[in-house]
Amino acid sequence: MEPSELKRSKDSPNLDESTRRSSFPDEVLERVLSLLKSHRDRSSVSLVCKDWYNAERWSRTHVFIGNCYSVSPEIVARRFPKIRSVTLKGKPRFSDFNLVPENWGADIHAWLVVFAAKYPFLEELRLKRMAISDESLEFLAVSFPNFKALSLLSCDGFSTNGLAAIATHCKNLTELDIQENGIDDKGGSWLSCFPESFTSLEVLNFANLSSDINFDALERLVGRCKSMRVLKLNRSVSLEQLQRLLVNAPQLAELGTGSFSEELTFRQCVELESALSNCKNMYTLSGLWDAKGIYLPALYPVCTHLTFLNLSYAALRSDELAKLLAHCPRLKRLWVLDTVEDKGLEAVGMNCPLLEELRVFPADLFDEEIIHGVTEAGFVAVSFGCPRLHYVLYFCCQMTNAAVATIVQNCPDFTHFRLCIMNPGQPDHITNEPMDEAFGAVVKTCTKLQRLSVSGRLTDLTFEYIGRYAKNLETLSVAFAGSSDWGMQCVMGGCSKLRKLEIRDCPFGNAALLSGLEKYESMRSLWMSACNVTMNGCRLLAREMPRLNVEVMKEDGSDDSQADKVYVYRSIAGPRRDAPPSVLTL
Amino acid sequence: MSKPIEHDYIGLSEQQLPSMEKSSDKKDGLHLKDTELRLGLPGSESPEREDHDQNVLSLKSFVSGAKRGFSDALDGGGNWVFSGGSGGGTEGLFSPRRGGKNNGGKDLSGSDSGSVLKDGAAQKPSVVQEKKPQVAATSSHGNGNIAPASKAQVVGWPPIRSFRKNTLAAHPPKNDDGDGNAEAKLGSGCLYVKVSMDGAPYLRKVDLKIYGSYKDLSSALEKMFSCFTIGQCGSHGVSSGDGLTESRLIDLLHGSEYVLTYEDKDGDWMLVGDVPWEMFTDSCKRLRIMKSTEAIGLVTRQCLLPNK
Repeated sequence: MEPSELKRSKDSPNLDESTRRSSFPDEVLERVLSLLKSHRDRSSVSLVCKDWYNAERWSRTHVFIGNCYSVSPEIVARRFPKIRSVTLKGKPRFSDFNLVPENWGADIHAWLVVFAAKYPFLEELRLKRMAISDESLEFLAVSFPNFKALSLLSCDGFSTNGLAAIATHCKNLTELDIQENGIDDKGGSWLSCFPESFTSLEVLNFANLSSDINFDALERLVGRCKSMRVLKLNRSVSLEQLQRLLVNAPQLAELGTGSFSEELTFRQCVELESALSNCKNMYTLSGLWDAKGIYLPALYPVCTHLTFLNLSYAALRSDELAKLLAHCPRLKRLWVLDTVEDKGLEAVGMNCPLLEELRVFPADLFDEEIIHGVTEAGFVAVSFGCPRLHYVLYFCCQMTNAAVATIVQNCPDFTHFRLCIMNPGQPDHITNEPMDEAFGAVVKTCTKLQRLSVSGRLTDLTFEYIGRYAKNLETLSVAFAGSSDWGMQCVMGGCSKLRKLEIRDCPFGNAALLSGLEKYESMRSLWMSACNVTMNGCRLLAREMPRLNVEVMKEDGSDDSQADKVYVYRSIAGPRRDAPPSVLTL
Repeated sequence: MSKPIEHDYIGLSEQQLPSMEKSSDKKDGLHLKDTELRLGLPGSESPEREDHDQNVLSLKSFVSGAKRGFSDALDGGGNWVFSGGSGGGTEGLFSPRRGGKNNGGKDLSGSDSGSVLKDGAAQKPSVVQEKKPQVAATSSHGNGNIAPASKAQVVGWPPIRSFRKNTLAAHPPKNDDGDGNAEAKLGSGCLYVKVSMDGAPYLRKVDLKIYGSYKDLSSALEKMFSCFTIGQCGSHGVSSGDGLTESRLIDLLHGSEYVLTYEDKDGDWMLVGDVPWEMFTDSCKRLRIMKSTEAIGLVTRQCLLPNK
């Protein structure tokens, strides 16, 4: 009998009774439930009855916590004794855009201390928008002998010294994934900290860092880690060095190149192309920093089996993109910069019929010459060529209602529709009308819509549409939109599946805030900043709903009665004790 | 339900902003003055536009201070054609360029105007100077422009992660500039530089070598970009066959709503007309006909330059 079952027999004196009552022995139930991976399924299972609740909690090995303050580490450890993998998300999403004060919280350390005591065999930690210090990373590195995977996305507070600690001490590390963090890059020596005997690495992503690393150390590391399948380099790795790495790692499935712009001799080009053509398993390509068009043909052999191409740091022109895409028929996900312009997007529509996801990022946010970029024409062109499109993130300088209506007619299966017309409050540029009908068309046509980000000039009508039609909507982002409280009230009243609502710079006040009184406990969180909510409104909300944490972030010099930034979330851990002085919990 | 007054995010409603697109709101006939595109000094005022500026009082005082050095510079230059009659300088919304002010919300395009106006409620859009020095004027007066208005520098907008912003700022993707720079560096033959105009859907290129003076250049630019101003008039009920002569064109362009600026070798944006013509052609990399509301920041910098 497994140790877990022995422990259970000691702990549950009712074992005989429960086996008599339930139709399965618990061991079987646990074995079956251990196959369940989705945390939502597991939540449902745990609600069936007490036996299933217990079986589920004993069989769960991965816990996903969408808001680190919704629960405490002690509560988690008490309920789930056998966790080996933790995913934690911390700060509100708008912290990515500098709207959350620096020392807001979401520090991982308290969690690590509990985990070290309760989950000494912890293997995986995936953090998003958490604050993590070098001390915490060192603590992590030495406290968990079996530690395998660390993934940090949009986190801050640490430096490359912390990475050095991980590399030095985690003998069983398989994954080190450092993505888009606020990391203090003190140099590349951390990479050399992997011992020569270390061979287990499968995923290495340091594209986020800018410092030079010791290439010899990297080459040896890649050479001896024969199971490596994901390698994402930083800008300091040259094309020539890339070729040397690839020769030793043809098994790579995901590659992030380094800099793609140095001068290569003809022979070097041929060698690079040859190395790439040996990578028969490669399906994801990214990096391509400073990509120069003339070297892109080296990628063609890989392009034929690519499903994800991330060009969001490579400022390609439309003709360069078109030539590249002609070789990428199997592409399902494409990220580009808007330097490709509408013409480049036409090429997307013409060459990538299997495309499911498109993200177009703005290249030059500070350039006055905003005549570049993409418009509605590019998006429409993609929609005609890619009927399977269901995820879009589109930063553009202009849009029309008619275009969006056409787009959703061509692609009715959108699950994620994130449209950012970059000039706040900009109307349809042809008719000068608000963009209400555009988003109306989206919610009416795309019944599977889960995530929506709106932009442009919007009246309450947009929100009437959303409340009435977006019945599967879970995440909604709103900025510079709406006319009155009514808009938000429509959303709170109509979107039954809403989980995350983030609003900035909208004329929604206390009436709007309080219209969601019943709803907030079924949601993960609500963010409202630069709206018309007052402290009194927040206090009322806090009073009526004691199981919600209502936090207000005050700005210097603002009116005392205004609630500048409000963050509301459900929690079974009560008000948090680590809030900085600028955050008031009501 | 009556249509609510649409306020742009910074709080000014369309009716209050004297941009030419809004002339369609006027029911009582054509108001050609309002549709005029006038190229001239920023900061100088157009009498008929005073009325519209009640809501931007705080902005005016800044501007009058900034006017100080500007006309001196241009008069000194002598050849400068785009001289000012009336100005759009105090209209609209703008922030000082390179102000380096991080007094969140206290700069011009911040809470002052916003707090009074947005839908009648106290609204403070968080408009703050970001660390990146350039700041563009907000032009959220609901432009139905051909080309989009410039992006306002609002905190956290557009919603891009800092990592991406910082990476692209540190290594700006300047594909096309490669061409422009290379050609501008050619010592002999021709000196093509790009010319852009705010509101125009495409750029032009001019060979600076074929002009001998600022006057020649400005005439040529007026002719080149007149089609856009005519186009705008056309969309507001003035047909192009309506007796518009060339002199009328020049009158339109001789207003004060636009100024001519250029980017020099150091990457700084300068007002055209300060330096001798030859020095100008040596250092000019590209030209931009910008709205005078945005040029205020340039004026400020000009005043701060030691030798001006």
